[in-house]
Amino acid sequence: MLSSADLDTLLLTFKVAGIATTILLLVGTPLAWWLTRTRSVWKGPINAIVALPLVLPPTVLGFYLLVLMGPTGAIGQLTNWLGLGTLPFTFYGLVVGSVLYSIPFVVQPLQTAFAMIGKQPLEAAATLRASPFDSFFSVVMPLAKPGFITATILGFTHTVGEFGVVLMIGGNIPNKTRVVSVQIYNHVEALEYTDAHWLAGCLLLFSFTVLLILYTQLKASTVTQPFK
Amino acid sequence: MFKNILFGFCLFLLASISQSSFAATTIVAVATNFSKPMTKIVAGFEKATGHSANLSFGSTGKFVSQMENGSPFEILLAADEKGPEKLIKDGFAVSGSQFIYAVGKLVLWSATPGYVDAQGKILSAGGFKHLALADPKLAPYGVAAIEVLNGLKLQDKLQALIVQGESIAQAYQFVSTGNAELGFVSLSQVYDNGKVSSGSAWIIPEELHAPIKQAAVLLKNGVQNPAATALLTYLKSAPALEIIKKYGYDLAQ
Repeated sequence: MLSSADLDTLLLTFKVAGIATTILLLVGTPLAWWLTRTRSVWKGPINAIVALPLVLPPTVLGFYLLVLMGPTGAIGQLTNWLGLGTLPFTFYGLVVGSVLYSIPFVVQPLQTAFAMIGKQPLEAAATLRASPFDSFFSVVMPLAKPGFITATILGFTHTVGEFGVVLMIGGNIPNKTRVVSVQIYNHVEALEYTDAHWLAGCLLLFSFTVLLILYTQLKASTVTQPFK
Repeated sequence: MFKNILFGFCLFLLASISQSSFAATTIVAVATNFSKPMTKIVAGFEKATGHSANLSFGSTGKFVSQMENGSPFEILLAADEKGPEKLIKDGFAVSGSQFIYAVGKLVLWSATPGYVDAQGKILSAGGFKHLALADPKLAPYGVAAIEVLNGLKLQDKLQALIVQGESIAQAYQFVSTGNAELGFVSLSQVYDNGKVSSGSAWIIPEELHAPIKQAAVLLKNGVQNPAATALLTYLKSAPALEIIKKYGYDLAQ
């Protein structure tokens, strides 16, 4: 069975993933909207940066974060100056790492959803004197709903599965940075296969269930199937 | 063009085959703390014998778990005696092949010069936010670090400040990047030519923790490989022992 320490890692993981996903939706929505609509020369570079975590080994991301967020790094000096201390080994350090790590999984489905809406509904809304904000909230958001659902689910599940970044910046502190993937790794390393099986099984079941819902309940819309 | 590349590739293959008929290569798992001396030892070994050795560095716990699951390693240089003993007991390593190649030393280290005093009083004085050590579940140096904290009766006081690396290399990385003000690492990681080469350190007195006896063992995979047995012999030779001492290890009595 799951020990209470294992349960703690599950709860902590869901907490990190929940907060990171919320931040990602808040930041990712305007970013994805801008990327869909803009003709700026920055579109290419920003798209490339957003997609980087897809191809970059998480250890690379984790290593840079450890150095940058440390007391001699640029981010570390900024957070120190703001009186926040340095971020590695803290819960919010993990949240920052997770946001960066999962950003393409939120931004890209949103971008696809926004692009599929096209210009016509917005032009129609404009002729009815809807302000850009109004048309975004009452036209774009309902139409892009499947995209938002996909973005939320993928952002959340991808963060739950995060390992390399956490290993680099976490420090394995119970209830602060010891997430479930690290706990599984430690169980395996210590030859505690039974414990590893329980936790790994939980994660497998969780991921499968979530994806099953994603692919069966929302199959009507092509937007919801990003990896087809 | 393509033909030329193909030709070159065939030549390369031929060259590597013919080389291997004269000399063998062994695959060695090395506890992270021993990575620097082992790299030097292997350079000497390759020159002296013509054999070669591929080194992988990691925590002892990880290697033992990999070896029990069919990894191709032929030699383990562990950071403790328990790993090799377990491998022998479970039938993966050759009984009687194990010996202690070095006795490790633990050190409380900071990347900042003058931060750690020579008596380690900073541990009880406090004033730091993070104390790094290797995960005691996976790394013998982590076990020794916990023994030291327990011996000084500081475990409860400092528990909340502990950050764990999955190996001694990661503990070192946390401290060297300044993310942890100080941490327990192995002396060999910060030692060169008879002194601590950077930052500040307290070399932990031996009575504060059980000696870190690091044992080597021959895996059953390596019995047939002349390079594997030659390397274990070389590890006991005078030039190898010289290097081991140079990195601050004691030798087995």
